[in-house]
Order: sequence, then structure tokens, then C-alpha cells
Amino acid sequence: MNLHEYQAKELLKKYNVPVQEGIPVDRADAAEEAYKNLKVQFGNNFAVVKAQIHAGGRGKGKIQGTEQRGVAVGKSAEEIKTIASNILGGTLVTIQTGAAGKVVNKVLVAQDVYYPGPNPVKEFYLSILLDRSKGQNVIMYSTEGGMDIEEVAHNTPDKIFKEWVHPSGGLQPFQARKIAFNLGLKGEAFKNCVKFVINLYNAYVGLDCAMLEINPLFKTADEKIIAVDCKMNLDDNALMRHPELEALRDISEEDPTEVEAGKYNLNFVKLDGNVGCMVNGAGLAMATMDMIKLSGGEPANFLDVGGTANATTVEAGFRIILKDPKVKAILINIFGGIVRCDRVAQGVIDAYKSIGNITVPIIVRLQGTNAEEAKKLIEESGLKVQSAILLSEAAALVNKAVA
Amino acid sequence: MSILVNKQSKILVQGFTGTEGTFHATQMIEYGTNVVGGVTPNKGGTLHLDRPVFNTVAEAVKETGANVSIIFVPPAFASDAIMEAANAGIELVVCITEGIPVQDMVKAKLYLQGTKTRLIGPNCPGVITAGECKVGIMPGFVFKKGKIGIVSKSGTLTYEASDQVAKAGLGVSTAVGIGGDPIIGTTTREALEMFMNDPETEGVVMIGEIGGGMEAEAARWYKENGKKPVVGFIAGQTAPPGRRMGHAGAIVGGAEDTAAAKMKIMQECGITVVSSPADIGVTMAKIIKK
Repeated sequence: MNLHEYQAKELLKKYNVPVQEGIPVDRADAAEEAYKNLKVQFGNNFAVVKAQIHAGGRGKGKIQGTEQRGVAVGKSAEEIKTIASNILGGTLVTIQTGAAGKVVNKVLVAQDVYYPGPNPVKEFYLSILLDRSKGQNVIMYSTEGGMDIEEVAHNTPDKIFKEWVHPSGGLQPFQARKIAFNLGLKGEAFKNCVKFVINLYNAYVGLDCAMLEINPLFKTADEKIIAVDCKMNLDDNALMRHPELEALRDISEEDPTEVEAGKYNLNFVKLDGNVGCMVNGAGLAMATMDMIKLSGGEPANFLDVGGTANATTVEAGFRIILKDPKVKAILINIFGGIVRCDRVAQGVIDAYKSIGNITVPIIVRLQGTNAEEAKKLIEESGLKVQSAILLSEAAALVNKAVA
Repeated sequence: MSILVNKQSKILVQGFTGTEGTFHATQMIEYGTNVVGGVTPNKGGTLHLDRPVFNTVAEAVKETGANVSIIFVPPAFASDAIMEAANAGIELVVCITEGIPVQDMVKAKLYLQGTKTRLIGPNCPGVITAGECKVGIMPGFVFKKGKIGIVSKSGTLTYEASDQVAKAGLGVSTAVGIGGDPIIGTTTREALEMFMNDPETEGVVMIGEIGGGMEAEAARWYKENGKKPVVGFIAGQTAPPGRRMGHAGAIVGGAEDTAAAKMKIMQECGITVVSSPADIGVTMAKIIKK
């Protein structure tokens, strides 16, 4: 589960990780208020308005139909209010959102951290994630902050450092010191960075993050180390032990059909193609998508109905897939093991009759327990449903349907 | 021969008396698997499915001599169950549970280091040696006895492959579902190595999916050590980057873990890669019969 920047920063503060302070608001006049409060608190005329969406590239992205950037600096209450009203309710298009963009419902009015001081400011990069091959968490960091880290990794791999954390003892102080040294920090900034890294790692573990990225990690002119931006992704499997984090979920950021599928415990991912599919098992579902493509179609979705495909789940699956007007055919691919194919077939027939006006061809491939009985049931139902037993037969039927 | 489990294996069911445990233990017993008992804390001393229930794995091992365990414990307690089994000296632990928090598995994986315990899974269908022993949730009848080993990250795709292999006139020695989570006990390479060393296995079907580097690791090992034909398939050729496709580990993170990248590496290492899942069985038959 992804969090917004403002949510992630609130959580980091609970772990004593210093962040760029800010106030989230959903109205332009509230943004003006927030600016005034920040000005009193920090004595700085500058402030930043940051669009809150689940995608990166906000600073370079623009609100559709305008020149307004998703992150912009202002130096008066009036200016902040104007920027906020330009952004709020608009659709922000960034390199990560795709052409459709994302509607901005909230902005974070944040303190300006580039204030002057005795020393130069500096931007770094730091993230914590799981190294799957080692089975350990790894801290990735770089002196090249504020930019696209994948580009840095590609162009100058020697500027990316990695520090693996042993699961038994956790992050050790010497490792945090090594990170601060490698970032070239000295004196107060060095001490602050060591504390920052240790507290950030505690937050990563304590919140069960799947990924935690601070970009830029920032050294201020007065030697503070703070998180200016934060991308936090939580481990969905661990949400059961963090009910308070589950409450931070922003459904408006998710595809509405995916949200609806979730209500029926269906695992659904919306894609762009013309052949819908409904499959039991994630691996077989991906394989079915691949087969649709090889048969000349394009998969319209990923849908795993799980181990207990029945009339209710099949009907919900049908209704969700049929919402997409681009769908020209639907392939149901069930390998019956514990679940009997004839029951699934009956489920398909019942769902079909219950929905009534399905105009696209339906191809049902049922294999495994009672596959022959299932085929017979479907053929005798009188419905416009084509049935197959072998995967290759189903592929041929898909090919015919999209031709 | 075969690998991992056979007629001699003595199976213990952790989470024995729960709904899932009861259902699948019954199926395993019907298949002919030697289920010697189960563990459910605070139900020790009772009988379930005509077999003794114990409070702890250690006690169950002492009383029954069990050397394999299968875990049907809810996600919040599953990593603890894995460690308990390892602590009791169980040689092979098969964890079916889906949805275990990643950080729990980081700890459990470390705990297993230096023990004699091998873990299969979590989030997997289990292991089956055709006609001898089923330690998992797969439909037993699909696995006709034969000489092809199957290693797969996916459940239903394993059944699909086994069915195709049987229809092509070959059949299965052992099928191992290694699981679709980011951290799993036994890797593709380790399963492949066991099959290479098993005299009863003449060819291997290797099924992977997007995410992680296990298939590439297995392929590189195969290039140096392979002595039997391998047919490979990678699910998720059409999966968009950055999206999780059902399995917690099935997500394209970079250029290296896409289906296309994995298929290329496998091909370069001498594995016969099929792009359609419908071609797994026929392709294996062609190679074996040559």
C-alpha cells in the first residue's frame, strides 16, 4: 500500500526522523492559513506547495491544460493561495502518472528548507528496501540526491552505495557512521545523519515498510539532516498488525474497478487490451494473459479468482470485466483441482443468465476434476458460450474471437 | 528415488485441527501419504482424523519420528511455526500459508541457516512425489507417475504443466511448488540441482514468473552443471511494470526481472524456453523422444 508524502512524514516524525515540516490542506484559503502559520513558526517568507498524489515526478509535472507545476515555491500568502488554487482539483500529469494524470485532492504547504546559513546546503539520496536474493534489508544511498536514482545507477553506478543489515542484530551504529562518512559529512551534520539513519531504519522495520525512499535527503545550511520528500510503501501482508496504517489508505488513488474487485476478494489489475480473462491462480492468470497476446489479442486485465471459484465470484468477475467497453471477448480459464469443474461451469451458466445481456463471446476452458461433465453442461445450456478443455484449444478460440 | 519426499516420509501437520489443515490432511491421507499426527497448541492429547494431536512440534517428533512437516497456520503465526519445526529437527518444512509479512520471513530465513532444515514455500502448493507422497494442496490425480521433474513458483500452473506432461505420455517424478513470495526457503536453482542428481528424473520443467532473480540464477547454474533437458516457461510476459500480479513477489522492479530478460538468459544457458504455456508438455515430449 502506498502512502502520500504528508502521511509518510507524520509517521516518520513519530520515530524522531526530522522532516521538512508542512501542513496538508484541501482548500486554497486553508493553504493561505497554513502559509501564515509556517511563517510564524520558521520566520521565513518562502514556502512550497506540493501536490499530494501517489506518483513521482511532481516537480517537473504540470497540471493539465496549464503551466502550473506540481511543486512550486511562493513567497507571500497571496502567491501560495494562487498556486494552491491552481493545483487543487486539477489533474497532474507526470512522467509516472501516464497521459491520463491524477486528480489532486490535497496539497502539502511546506517550509522552505533552502534558507541561508553558515554552510552550503546539500542533497543526497537514501532508500531502504528488501534485497530478495540475500533475504536481507539493504540501505541504498548516494551523494547524488534530488534526481532520478535509476539514471544515477545506470550512468554512474560507482556513486551508489549499499549497506546490508543483518536480520539478527539490526542496523549497527558503525554502519550508520559509514553511511554518513560516505556522504562526505562532518561535525554536526555527521552526528545528525547517524541519528537520522538509525531512526529511519527503526521506522522502516516498525511500520513494516516494503520500501522507504528519501529523495532528497537534505543537509540544511545550519547542518540539520532532514527528509524533504518521502515515498513510503507498506507491506500489505503486515497491515493486519497495523490497523491504524490501513486507515491511511486513499481509495481515490486506486482504479475504481480494482477497488470493487477487492470487495469480492478478487485479485484484479486493470490493463489496456481487448480480451478479458478470469483465472484461478496468479501464475496461471499471468500465463493466460501471455497466451491471449500470442493468440493475437491483448489482455484487458489480470484476474485471479482464487481457489474457490463459484457462481458469486464468477458473476462479480463478469460484471467487473464487462465494465470495460474495449473488451471484445472473455476467456475463463480454470484448472479444477480441489474445486470441481462442473460446479464452476454451473456458476458460469448461472452468472450468465443472471446478467442477461452479455454480447461479447465467452470462451470457457475448464480442465481437471470433472472437466468432461463441465463441457457437457455448457454445451447443453444453449448459451453462446464456447468451451475448450486443452489450453491450446482455448488459444485457438481466442484467436478466432479477435480476428 | 524422486526428490524431497517418498513413501518413507513421515508427515506432521502444523495447524492440524483448523479448517484448512483438516481438509487437506484428509486429502493427503486419501492419497496414501503417511500422516503420523499433527500439532495444535492446547489440543495435545486428543485424536484428530484418527491421528494423535500434540501441543508442540518437539513432542510430536519425539513420539512419532516425523521428519517432514506441512504448515497450515494463519499468516501472523506462520513464521513462528517454521522456526518451531526447525528447532525440533524436522528435515523438510513445507509452508502453504499465503500472506506472511516479509520482515517475518527475513527472520525465519536467518533462523534456518545452519540448521539441517530445508524450507519449501511459503505461499506454495507443496511437494508431491507421484503415486507415493503428497505434502501439499494440489489435486493428486493430475500427477501421473513418470520421469519429469517440475519446479514452479505457481500452483495452478504446476497442475497445468503436470497435466500436459501426462497427456504427452511422460508423467511426473516429483513436482515442487517453491512459492510466489519475495523470500522463500528453496530456490529454483536448488530444486533444479536436486532433480539433476535424481536418477529417476530424466527431464525438468522449470516454471518461473516476473520478479526477482531466481530463474536467472538457476539458468546460470544449469549452463555449468546441467546434464538433463530443461523446458522453461516464464509467466508475466504481458504484465505491466511496477504492478503486483497476485503473488507478493510477482512484480517487475527493473530491466533484469522482466519475463523477456529471464527468457533470454535461460535460452542462452541451454534451456528450451516456450513462450506459450500451452506448449510445455509437447515440447518436453519432443526433446525426450529424440
